[in-house]
Amino acid sequence: MLSNIGIGLIVLVLILSFLTIYTASLDLKMPGQSIKKGIYKLSLFQTTFTVLSFFTLIIGFINSDFSLSNVYENSHTTKPLFYKIAGTWGNHEGSLLLWVNILVIFSYLFLVFNHTHNKKFRLYTLIFQNILILGFSFFLLLNSNPFNSIYPIPLEGLGLNPILQDPALAIHPPLLYVGFVGCSIYFSAAMASLISDYRGKLFAQSIKTWVKISWCFQTLGITVGSIWAYYELGWGGFWFWDPVENASLLPWFAITALMHSLIVLEKRNTLYSWVVILCLSTFILSVTGTFLVRSGILNSVHTFASDPSRGIYILLFLSLMIFSSLIIFFTKYKKETYNFNLKSRETFILANNWFMVFFLLTVLIGTLYPIFLDVITSVKISVGPPFFNIVIVPLVVPFVFLMAIVPKFSWIKLQNKIFYKILFLILCGVIINLFISHFFGKYSFLSNLIFIVAIFLILQSFLDIKKLINKKKKPELSRIISHLGFGLLVFFIGINHQFSLEEDFNLKVGEIKKTKNYEINFEGIKIRESKNYKAIVGNFKLINEKNDLVQYLNPEIRIYSNPETLTYEAAIKTKITSDLYLTMSNVSRSDYYNIKFQNKPFMIWIWISALMIVIGGFTQLTLKKNED
Amino acid sequence: MKINISRIIIFCFVIFCLFVFWLGLKKNINYDTESLIGSRISNFQLNEINHNNQSISEKDLKNNEFTLINFFASWCAPCRTEHKYLLKLSDKKIKILGVNFKDKKSNANKFLKELGNPYDFVAKDSEGKASVLFGIYGIPESILIDNNLTVIKKIIGPIDQSQYNEILNLIR
Repeated sequence: MLSNIGIGLIVLVLILSFLTIYTASLDLKMPGQSIKKGIYKLSLFQTTFTVLSFFTLIIGFINSDFSLSNVYENSHTTKPLFYKIAGTWGNHEGSLLLWVNILVIFSYLFLVFNHTHNKKFRLYTLIFQNILILGFSFFLLLNSNPFNSIYPIPLEGLGLNPILQDPALAIHPPLLYVGFVGCSIYFSAAMASLISDYRGKLFAQSIKTWVKISWCFQTLGITVGSIWAYYELGWGGFWFWDPVENASLLPWFAITALMHSLIVLEKRNTLYSWVVILCLSTFILSVTGTFLVRSGILNSVHTFASDPSRGIYILLFLSLMIFSSLIIFFTKYKKETYNFNLKSRETFILANNWFMVFFLLTVLIGTLYPIFLDVITSVKISVGPPFFNIVIVPLVVPFVFLMAIVPKFSWIKLQNKIFYKILFLILCGVIINLFISHFFGKYSFLSNLIFIVAIFLILQSFLDIKKLINKKKKPELSRIISHLGFGLLVFFIGINHQFSLEEDFNLKVGEIKKTKNYEINFEGIKIRESKNYKAIVGNFKLINEKNDLVQYLNPEIRIYSNPETLTYEAAIKTKITSDLYLTMSNVSRSDYYNIKFQNKPFMIWIWISALMIVIGGFTQLTLKKNED
Repeated sequence: MKINISRIIIFCFVIFCLFVFWLGLKKNINYDTESLIGSRISNFQLNEINHNNQSISEKDLKNNEFTLINFFASWCAPCRTEHKYLLKLSDKKIKILGVNFKDKKSNANKFLKELGNPYDFVAKDSEGKASVLFGIYGIPESILIDNNLTVIKKIIGPIDQSQYNEILNLIR
């Protein structure tokens, strides 16, 4: 029953897509500046039907309707309701349905909210977006149908992968999807702008809000993913330069560059071609990431059951997207003349872009090179943190430095009196850095530089906030919050990296281990039964030898029943100043447990700073109205 | 569209990247079993599932002309679908070693009682660590070896009709 409803709705969406493309191309030839009412209606119906199809699937998951093979494969009657719902997008087919939903919703919203812009531009955007919708709906229907039914109907489902049963992970996919798939709308808009010759400032205004929305969601999604990895995977870190993390970072670099160069396009009406290139590549990189992750070329927690036919389809679609955008871009390309003052703000914003492109290329090469090498020569190598740290970290210094000073420059030319202020703040940075290294331990020259520029950026942002308080209009607020967040992020990652303590040892129940500042007492284990798993819970007493503070930590080894899987839950005690992190795993054929103990200073501040960057973005979205 | 050298380079580069992606798909890096064929299995020792004093090691397999090592568990649904082929194979000129992967003893016994026992020896690997030594990604997987302990074929996923026929051809 649900199967038929779902498939019916998707077919309707497909038909409406064809109709929209058809009527929009007819309307292109009509005179006048307003779009026909019928097109709005088509788009509204299309949105309603896709959203309904998604709710149909959610209902299937809530009711554990195992006549849908997707529900059978990814759910189980004993799952808590929250994870039943999260199971809807915790698999390939369901997440693709979410993908189509976002394509359609963004298409409708763009049509409605951009009514002041050129008709031809809006119609072409609608057409391109609907071509994307068509492609992905066909893929959904023919290859990855979430509404496939099975008969006879099984009595029980196979269950959701236990490591996905985590609150952070339940919201991580929808956030990232809004971020990544949301890019599709300015991909379409960029193509439309080239064809309809709707260039420059006005184009920048039409896509500005959408770029900010998807930037906010991407940043938030990546942060939540990282929080999940820290709490759930039990590796004791928050970023691993894993190929899948890298795949999510690639579009993020592009979109961050885009967000900054859009400012230049809007204010100075220049850099149009570059903005279009970034619009196109952001979505292309999102799809490339999806291809790498879903086709099984990269192996990770994100590779659902691997199926080469899926990969071929996405690759075909990716090729079409790249070639059509290249051809349209080259045919419609017009030479621009750049007239920049070397010391002006736009030059430096462009510098931000060069850094972003550099980071993007580094991560792209680091991710693709091992794949290429393996495919061509069958040599397996792994490019990990050392490569990225060596290449990226040194460039963070000038990058953060520019982040602090560029907003101080006026649009056309630099004022000289700012120099003294900058010098003074850098001096403060040097002094605070000396203070840290004197009292807490020495570190490398590069780390010194990173701390200095990070402190400089933080101080600069605080001064800016102080100035803003007296002003009535606050257009700069969001930028300051995001930049302050980034400064804090760099600073706390630096502190965390320099002063983390890590110990790895084996311990039996009743034994005591002494580390630098802590005495770890393994007091016992007990078994705990839960709804969908059984857990071996360790009881550890930690005594801080400096201040005799006693704390208890309880890491777990969980045995999930459906499907049978072992997961290791870290015990984490979070405080404002540091995190205590303890995991245990069983050592086969012995009474010993392998214990990993870490003391990570200012861990929670890394999340707070990352969230601050996001809050900056959201502030801009809400402030926008007041500004206008 | 004007054609110039930089545009040609961009197109060639894109085509190259997409071509490599395509090759990568065909190659299926994750489940590459070709390279295992011809290699020798590593040494192992496993206990019988119900009798801890009985064990099996690679030396015992040297006495068999052909051995199929099958990794299974009672909780694994695809294992059920391949079971009938294992039962058919058990009448043939081949010994079958079952490795019970990350399973409970009682559940495994129930599974074999319900579906029949095709195995000449059922070994237990309750933590799944021994199976990793065989290069097992997940289950079901099966490895066909000869009396030199050389891998002749590796099957990932449940055995189906065509793979069953292939095994018959190989041991003929």
